Amino acid sequence: MKESKNTAVITVIGKDRVGIIAGISKILADYSININDISQTIMDDIFTMIMMVDLQAVEIESSDISDKLKEFGSENGLSVTIQHTDLFNAMHRI
Amino acid sequence: MITDYEVLETMHMFTEQHLDIRTITMGISLMDCAASTPEESCRRIYDKIMRCAGKLVETGEAISRKYNVPIIHKRISVTPVSIVAAASGATDYTMFAKTLDRAAHDCGVNFIGGFSALVQKGYTNSDRILINSIPEALAVTENVCSSINLASTRSGINMDAVRDMGHIIKKTAERTAEQGAIGCAKLVVFANAPEDNPFMAGAFLGPGEPECVINVGISGPGVVKHAMEKVRGEDLGVVAETIKKAAFKITRVGELVAREASERLGVPFGIIDLSLAPTPAVGDSVARLLEEFGLETCGTWGTTAALAMLNDAVKKGGTMASSFVGGLSGAFIPVSEDEGMIAAARSGSLLLEKLEAMTCVCSVGLDMIAIPGDTTAETVSGIIADEMALGTFNNKTTAVRIIPVPGKGVGDSVEFGGLLGTAPIMPVNNASCKEFIDRGGRIPAPIHSMRN
Repeated sequence: MKESKNTAVITVIGKDRVGIIAGISKILADYSININDISQTIMDDIFTMIMMVDLQAVEIESSDISDKLKEFGSENGLSVTIQHTDLFNAMHRI
Repeated sequence: MITDYEVLETMHMFTEQHLDIRTITMGISLMDCAASTPEESCRRIYDKIMRCAGKLVETGEAISRKYNVPIIHKRISVTPVSIVAAASGATDYTMFAKTLDRAAHDCGVNFIGGFSALVQKGYTNSDRILINSIPEALAVTENVCSSINLASTRSGINMDAVRDMGHIIKKTAERTAEQGAIGCAKLVVFANAPEDNPFMAGAFLGPGEPECVINVGISGPGVVKHAMEKVRGEDLGVVAETIKKAAFKITRVGELVAREASERLGVPFGIIDLSLAPTPAVGDSVARLLEEFGLETCGTWGTTAALAMLNDAVKKGGTMASSFVGGLSGAFIPVSEDEGMIAAARSGSLLLEKLEAMTCVCSVGLDMIAIPGDTTAETVSGIIADEMALGTFNNKTTAVRIIPVPGKGVGDSVEFGGLLGTAPIMPVNNASCKEFIDRGGRIPAPIHSMRN
């Protein structure tokens, strides 16, 4: 398998409210994680955001970034996950 | 660039459709742990397992965090103990089972497989000792799994061993009667047992395997069912194509996890086992997936055809996704571990005879089936003999993991808990096959030309 970039996909799903992007962005900034792309939609009042991020030097498995994001999610009634991009490349690209 | 659709599809697979990696299984050769005393051999076995698998669980957990992919089990398979213990001079191998149990516990894995013997052509003295040790070994250990290969297409069927295993299964059931005969849930007999199978209870590391190896078992009946829901009413060609695509994606997750585990542990990657493994959770059932084909209930006419097509399409999609496919690789149909199978067995529409037919076109065989406690050892052997014949004569793997539950009869059920689930006691044709089983000897290997 090719050596890949250290990037990740963050998905946020839940009820829309003020400050979701600001809150997530703040956490990412604390870890010096750079946001490459954000897309969001609101369907039936359900907020869905997909964020492509450059992890720089952060390793998801050895840092507590996923715990921090989950914590933010549970405080705000959102499901927040971070997954390394290799997963999506493996599943969706031949 | 990954599209939003792909991201959301992936999310749903893991959240609503129960996609997971069922097991990362580390195979460890114990060939160099043979010694002239059982104590020395057990010491070497324990040390070697701890040395190789000490970091297995934490590595699995790290990979799980990186991709947010559930990895349900981390497990170990070892060289068949009948080979490793042969030189030790022991007359009972329970001590070896206890050593495996302690090593499994200390590594943090939930099962260790390899309390095994390969007797398709005949017994060594050591094989005999191991088989006689099974009831006690499975009663006094928690995490040890035992498997015996009784037949192969090249060697035929060892009917002496088939007869003996009927008695051993009955004894194992009696020895663990207070826990619903759970010993039998950890004991499987095979025809054509694969040497690289990562799934329990049948995992062991065959003599042709490397020193240490990572094998991964995938899962995902829920994902395939969900994909099929989108093509309701379409013809079966479309269904086959849909299953292949879903299987491809599932297998790719397995391949990613296997490669990463292999790299982190410094152990070669062996194979991906392309098996649709159900759990008792609603939405993770192979039976419900078969019903999605258009069957009122699993076990009715059409079930075998649907299963054959499902199994084949999963393999076709999976082999495109990974170059190294092995193990059992086929849909599992364990009754107690599958919510839909349990319902079908309870309603009487799924019978042992139909399950037997289904095992002709998928892997594993008669799996996790509870039968009345008063079923004779000879009838258990007869059930095994038929299943061994299916595997031997059709050149495929088949197996039997059957549980004669003491004190229970048809209409009762037995609760094993966790992934082993709940088994309704299924009726058995009790007309005697004793004289046939008592003959013993070997059924010769089948001819390979004139195949009809």
